[in-house]
Amino acid sequence: MTAFILRRLGTLVPMLLAVTLLVFALMSLAPGDFLTPVKAQRDINPALIAELSKSFGLDRPWYEQYLRWLGNILRLDFGYSWTYKVPVAELIAQRAPATILLSVCSLLLAWGLAIPLAVLAAARPGGWIDKLTSSAAYFALAIPEFFLALLAVWFAAQSGWFPIGGLTSLDHDFLPFGAQILDIAWHLILPTLVLGLGGVAGTLRVLRANVLDVLRAEYVTAARAKGLPEKVVLFRHVLRNALNPLLSTVGYAFAGLLSGSLLVENVMNYPGLGRLVYEAFIREDQFVVLGSVMVGCTLLVIGNLISDLALAWSDPRVRYGR
Amino acid sequence: MGADLIQSLLRRPAGLVSAILLLLLYGAALFAPFLAPTVPSAQDLQRTYHPPTALVWQDGRLCVRLYRLVDPSTATYQPIAGQATPLRWFSEGPAYRLFGLIPAKTHLFTVEAPAVVYLLGSDATGRDVFTRLLYGAGISLGIGLVGVFLTSLLGLTIGGLAGYLGGWADSLAMRLTEFLMAVPGLYLLLALRAALSSRFPSDATFLLIVVILSALGWAGTARVVRGLVLSLRERPFILAANILGQRPTVILFRHLLPNTFSYLVVAATLSVPGYILGEAALSFLGLGIQEPSSSWGLMLGQAQDIKIFMLNFWWLLTPGAAIILTVIAFNLLGDALRDAVDPRFRLPGR
Repeated sequence: MTAFILRRLGTLVPMLLAVTLLVFALMSLAPGDFLTPVKAQRDINPALIAELSKSFGLDRPWYEQYLRWLGNILRLDFGYSWTYKVPVAELIAQRAPATILLSVCSLLLAWGLAIPLAVLAAARPGGWIDKLTSSAAYFALAIPEFFLALLAVWFAAQSGWFPIGGLTSLDHDFLPFGAQILDIAWHLILPTLVLGLGGVAGTLRVLRANVLDVLRAEYVTAARAKGLPEKVVLFRHVLRNALNPLLSTVGYAFAGLLSGSLLVENVMNYPGLGRLVYEAFIREDQFVVLGSVMVGCTLLVIGNLISDLALAWSDPRVRYGR
Repeated sequence: MGADLIQSLLRRPAGLVSAILLLLLYGAALFAPFLAPTVPSAQDLQRTYHPPTALVWQDGRLCVRLYRLVDPSTATYQPIAGQATPLRWFSEGPAYRLFGLIPAKTHLFTVEAPAVVYLLGSDATGRDVFTRLLYGAGISLGIGLVGVFLTSLLGLTIGGLAGYLGGWADSLAMRLTEFLMAVPGLYLLLALRAALSSRFPSDATFLLIVVILSALGWAGTARVVRGLVLSLRERPFILAANILGQRPTVILFRHLLPNTFSYLVVAATLSVPGYILGEAALSFLGLGIQEPSSSWGLMLGQAQDIKIFMLNFWWLLTPGAAIILTVIAFNLLGDALRDAVDPRFRLPGR
């Protein structure tokens, strides 16, 4: 198992190199020299600029800058944010957990809703559950995430039941620990619903097809012939096999979640990685962009790794095949 | 096979309904300047956030009710009881160019000057949302078509070459597609947008967005075309073509790729929504279509104002409904096409 994990982590390296190289090249193609506005800002110490310019080789051609940036990354120096005026590593450490929290909650919501619904729908193809969930999924897949987010903000503003944005209330820091958790959960409900809805629909469609496929297998007939209750047949025997193809796509689902959370975070004013990246792009805050893209991709690969591990855990054929 | 396909498509209710819906949408986009009562840049700062004007039947004619501004600070308007002005059909209004070429002045309907007709209300600067929706349709729907055409071309060429040549070309292409599919798309979109914006003049934003979306979107098509070519390659008719001594390019372009056509039509239809949503997302973030042009995403982006949410200006969210409608229509059409092209693609249990 350790070798398996190490090998998967090994694939992380070329991917991160490729992504950062691409982003670096693209950003250096972008017009303008981002140091000029920085030098015009009075509240940044010129000595700091000079030091960073030297350390990151900002006056050198872009490929040399890239190599230097890589070298600094290895020493865990992500550079300095010109707009926030703090080291990038600090900024990302603040923002990344919020995005991870949101993505994981959405994924849990998607699976928690989609799995029982898909099994129930596939148990009676053409039944009312099937028809209802299929049309709902059709509709849900057509709604753009940012529009759903707009609707959610509108709903929050109109009803007053939910906070309009953010992750914490103003008085969050003064609340007792239990109330702090409740506060965060209350803020998380709408973003999670918005981001998770598309996931529910997508998972539902794939899983329903898988379950129908598996239902034709001979061991299902055998289990039924044995006199097992239908519930046990469906949820223990069928579901476990139908889940396997889905487990292997969690990584791609995670990529979609990261993209989706970029939009949702911006609309709902959620302090996560997506909003950080977007704002940094707009302000050409180069180190922040590179650092966040890198962290985002790392999260993605870790998501892939977890999905592989889950697959190996659930399917002995995968476990012993390698 | 084209006529057959269309016939079998139109025999399915979902196919028929979605085809009609899409024809209407594209028709509306094409004739937007004629259908709209005004031009998208016409402002009226006296009538910001005007609610949709009610239509009433009065004196045997379709009329528009007149409104009075009650409270400018919350943009509250009240209909004036009993007062209405008739719609003038096929009347003259602001000048425009139909299809961007033919100069014209005739609009489907307008109203006498001091009155206004806002079928879907007005926005923050008093522009007609209905007009902007129609003009935006041209951009939002156009990007879908052009983008899918470019992607199909790219995917077909790269996937076909990868599958036919095999070896290092194949692995190179496949690693590239895996990379594109594994990276969070919007991050790359942002990076590409930042890099390319200086290389396109600002009025070519449409082209820029299409290029960006296609550059990221060809991976899925290429992978499936490659898979199809790989399996087709072993068929007897390709063997026959090989034995006849036909050149590889002829085999690829005359024999292999046409056989992937039916798949490609289905895949292209199903991927149009991706482009429409992609453009909408970019414009929404303020990185796509810019003022004074209009697109559905841009309109939604401008509706992100707490004032709009608190005061319930719901009509500013109608572009979202237009997007949903279009996406559902394309998905329905794609599913119907898939069933028509090949029953094997059909999902089990249907």
